[in-house]
Amino acid sequence: MKSATKNNWVEIENVILTASERAPQVPNDTKKTPLVMWTKGFLIDEHAEIGDIVSIKTLSDRITSGKLVTISPKFGHDFGEPVHELLEIGMEVKKEVNN
Amino acid sequence: MKDLSYKAIMERKNDIMKQSVGIDYSIFEYGKVAFNYEKMMKQVSYSMDEMQTIQRETKVGNTPLFEVKNINNLIRKYSAKGKGARIFVKDEAANASGSFKARRAAISVYHAKQKGFKGVIAATSGNYGAAVASQATQRGLKCIIVQEVYDSNKKGQPEIIEKARKCEAFGAEVIQLTVGPELFYTVLRLIEETGYFNASLYTPFGIAGVETLGYEIAKQMIGLEGKYPDAVVATHAGGGNLTGTARGLIHAGAKNCKVIGASVDLSGLHMASDNDFNRKSFTTGHTGFGIPFATWPDRTDVPRNAARVLRYMDKYVTVTQGDVFYVTELLAQVEGIERGPAGNVSLAAAIALAKEMYEDQIIVVQETEYTGAGKHPIPQLTFAKKNGIEITRGNPQKNIPGKTIVLPMNIGQINSEDMDLFKLKKTYIKNFAKRYDLNGLGEDDITYIAEDVNLPESIVIEMLKEYN
Repeated sequence: MKSATKNNWVEIENVILTASERAPQVPNDTKKTPLVMWTKGFLIDEHAEIGDIVSIKTLSDRITSGKLVTISPKFGHDFGEPVHELLEIGMEVKKEVNN
Repeated sequence: MKDLSYKAIMERKNDIMKQSVGIDYSIFEYGKVAFNYEKMMKQVSYSMDEMQTIQRETKVGNTPLFEVKNINNLIRKYSAKGKGARIFVKDEAANASGSFKARRAAISVYHAKQKGFKGVIAATSGNYGAAVASQATQRGLKCIIVQEVYDSNKKGQPEIIEKARKCEAFGAEVIQLTVGPELFYTVLRLIEETGYFNASLYTPFGIAGVETLGYEIAKQMIGLEGKYPDAVVATHAGGGNLTGTARGLIHAGAKNCKVIGASVDLSGLHMASDNDFNRKSFTTGHTGFGIPFATWPDRTDVPRNAARVLRYMDKYVTVTQGDVFYVTELLAQVEGIERGPAGNVSLAAAIALAKEMYEDQIIVVQETEYTGAGKHPIPQLTFAKKNGIEITRGNPQKNIPGKTIVLPMNIGQINSEDMDLFKLKKTYIKNFAKRYDLNGLGEDDITYIAEDVNLPESIVIEMLKEYN
């Protein structure tokens, strides 16, 4: 999806600090990157394309704006892939407990 | 229109914070550097009875305490004759929102409501976010949680992403940031914009809320075994968990119970590094917070941190990431309860310690946390593998944070490392010397420092001389 309409659930992005504005205590690798912030909410604009600057209403009823980056942002975290080392542990400890 | 630049906001920091926590810390300060910690805890927060009532109202506290018998039988197999203490686990996952953090949030959010705030804000990537969100919705307050979650490629720790989901499940707004300490700037800006209460983890409310946990453990142990536990292990990061628990134990009368801190060893990884951020499998409860917060508690968003572990910690141990994943699997496979890895740091430490304690002794693991997608050994190890971490079986002493995770072959290989507590106390004094001009310290100041590191004044005076 590249375009969103009013009231769609979307995610916006804002650069809070550019790389050159980072705080002095930040390690060198982090200093090369900007501090970026993402916020989700309901689109207020009638129509918007990815990359447009838009306004949203967040879950705490706050109105804020930023660059539209995702329409219908989903949680992609899961239960991972089988980890053989963990499967082994289960077999071993059950045997130990029952002996 | 107010200047919202980084510099301008940071310059307004003190005023913003004062309004948003509503505590005048200066009234507890005396001497040159001292402050009256006990007076602050007593005057600012609530009594044990009040806190229990507040927490009961919002589904917090009175969590089960049970013996992990199958694990205890295994411990005996790996202990010398006469050794092998029994472990009891306080199942804090039973609190609303799934962790002991609900205790801290319950008091903070109640206080915010009493003071007429319309909403609460908390900066946290941990379980505290969900706890504040859960408490806020019960008390009818709005809630914003600010998380440090992504590296510069927008790759996030699955554990933190799950916590964002949980916050949203309770109706909170979640703001997500890339790695860096400037998160604080974003929080200050939001506080100023909204006028919400700063539900900081380090106010007296945030710490006192955990006192009910230590108190319950003492009372429940008397009920179950007729005696106080010999030791309680608390995961140590920012210090609130251990401080609150210890204070609660003392309040209940369990003064001889040893309070042991435990952290996951993440030595060598920089906490604010973009490259290191996703090379660790624990986002809290680790030495990257544990050591700095022990050796200088006042590094937080409030002028005086109410979490001061050196006052209470009898021993501080570290365990490896591999140890914790192993015991999380063990807990599921032989005890039939699935709990999140981060909450099992103290279980790993307790298993190591129980093997060295006597069989008639009792050691309490004072927390568990909820588990779910992302917040579980399988996704966390899958994520580690994808970030180039080698996962193997063998001696966990071979764990190298950021490079390998070695899962032990059996609990015989789970051994905690003792941190040198005296050295940590010395570092605290050194940090003190770095920040304050030591000339002209009065007797009051010396007494305060001695209490804060739990050492005799004579030793503190010698140490101060060394660093002056």
